[in-house]
Amino acid sequence: MRDVFAETVSAALDTDPRVAVVLADISADRFARAAQRHPDRVVNLGIREQLLIGAAGGLALTGMRPVAHTFAPFLVERPFEQVKLDLGHQGASAVLVSTGASYDGSYYGRTHMAPGDVALLDTLPDWTVHVPGHAAEVERLLRDALAGEGNVYVRLTERGNAAARPVGAGLVTVRAGSRRSAGVVVAVGPMLDRVLAATEDLDVTVAYTATVRPFDREGLNQLVAQAGHADVLMVEPYLAGTSAHEVAAALGDRRHRQGSLGVRRDVEVRGYGTPADHDRAHGLDTEGIAKAARDFFLV
Amino acid sequence: MSTAPALTRYADLPALIGLMTGDEKHRIAAESTREVLWVLYDRVLNVSPETAEDPDRDRFLLSKGHGPMTYYAVLAAKGFLDVATLRRWAAFDSPLGHHPDRTLVPGVEISSGSLGHGLGLGVGTALGLRAQGRHRPRVVVLLGDGELDEGSNHEAIAAAGRLGLDRLTAVVVDNGSATHGWPGGIGERFAREGWTARTVSGRDQDALYDALTAPHGNRRPLAVVARVRPKG
Repeated sequence: MRDVFAETVSAALDTDPRVAVVLADISADRFARAAQRHPDRVVNLGIREQLLIGAAGGLALTGMRPVAHTFAPFLVERPFEQVKLDLGHQGASAVLVSTGASYDGSYYGRTHMAPGDVALLDTLPDWTVHVPGHAAEVERLLRDALAGEGNVYVRLTERGNAAARPVGAGLVTVRAGSRRSAGVVVAVGPMLDRVLAATEDLDVTVAYTATVRPFDREGLNQLVAQAGHADVLMVEPYLAGTSAHEVAAALGDRRHRQGSLGVRRDVEVRGYGTPADHDRAHGLDTEGIAKAARDFFLV
Repeated sequence: MSTAPALTRYADLPALIGLMTGDEKHRIAAESTREVLWVLYDRVLNVSPETAEDPDRDRFLLSKGHGPMTYYAVLAAKGFLDVATLRRWAAFDSPLGHHPDRTLVPGVEISSGSLGHGLGLGVGTALGLRAQGRHRPRVVVLLGDGELDEGSNHEAIAAAGRLGLDRLTAVVVDNGSATHGWPGGIGERFAREGWTARTVSGRDQDALYDALTAPHGNRRPLAVVARVRPKG
């Protein structure tokens, strides 16, 4: 996904004079050629993440469409006050593109993990948050973000699904349950393949989205209306329950149950190893999701 | 006998400030910036109410957002704000609060309050103007010496020097409020990072004007340290 990101933004630099890229060393090699062509619009600030976001805000104030990029914890968490004040509060906007997702860098340890990034951005209004599940989705989402307005967060991972899905239009039904189904499972971004495998013997509707903010409340409401039960299981690749308030708002017109799978909140999983090790620790491997789904849907 | 319109002169600033009340804690901070703000808006910055949206205007970024009474007074004297607006400052639906909000006040380039944000925004603004081939506008950021404690400033100071942002100017009003001080002087921090640094009296309008306008070298940002009496 990171290569597609660099290619897509580099191409946009050639065609859209509004686009500028600010970096904090991470991925600077991938933008080396673009920097030669556009030395004033590809700026590596060094390891300075507060300035990364501050400079993005300043660029936006002059009418540019800045892209800021580094690992997720250093893009969203470390300079969070700059994200809050130098973008939205100024009425300025940028496209923030992180890499590393929740624990792609598991072997680096907790310092390089940011499972709270989406929840943190959720404390601010008017952010669009994309969590693509395939490299081909990245290109489409990024092109729209670069051409558009507003603050956009694109959360990249190197662990996607086997196939790209339609993006940009809310929840997409991947597998429809029957009229008597147990409910709806919403798989966010890279969780889809595992969710499909984990629920293959359940009568549930599996819906997919790569865009969690704004959340497709209306789409979820319609899917639930067609299901046998108003039971919704959200499976997100970041903190469990990050979208629980959205599900509640989407289903405010009916009695319903909801469950939330994601990265554990109750403990800090202090381990290295592989991302798959962390999937197991958080119950986000196929087996863990399957067990949680059976428990939730009472089958 | 003066024929100037009412409340547009330097001498009118106390009267304008007097229309705002209720922030005694920050009044000293407001006082410390009086001459700097006046010289900037009266003689240095190429911006007016008519050109406040012009992409080629000079930008003034008040990073030290506390104590903005003098700032509001200068904006009123220069016609960006109605004088009557000052009377209602800090009311819920007033555009003027104890920290300025760019989305509410015409001519205010950044919303500030939390310290250490203006210089980074200034670096980005200077980068954006350069990328658009707009080489004439200046970007002037006003900071305080206490505000320099914030580490974000030092990210911006180092990067601005290395990136050669010669249209960027930092004015640091030094009233000795930094708890641990700046041994060797504030100007040295900027000079070491590739800026041209000048230290003048923050009460001497001509010295401020000269420091802000004398040529300062290609690809070097400019730092003007304006020293005023330490706050009590």
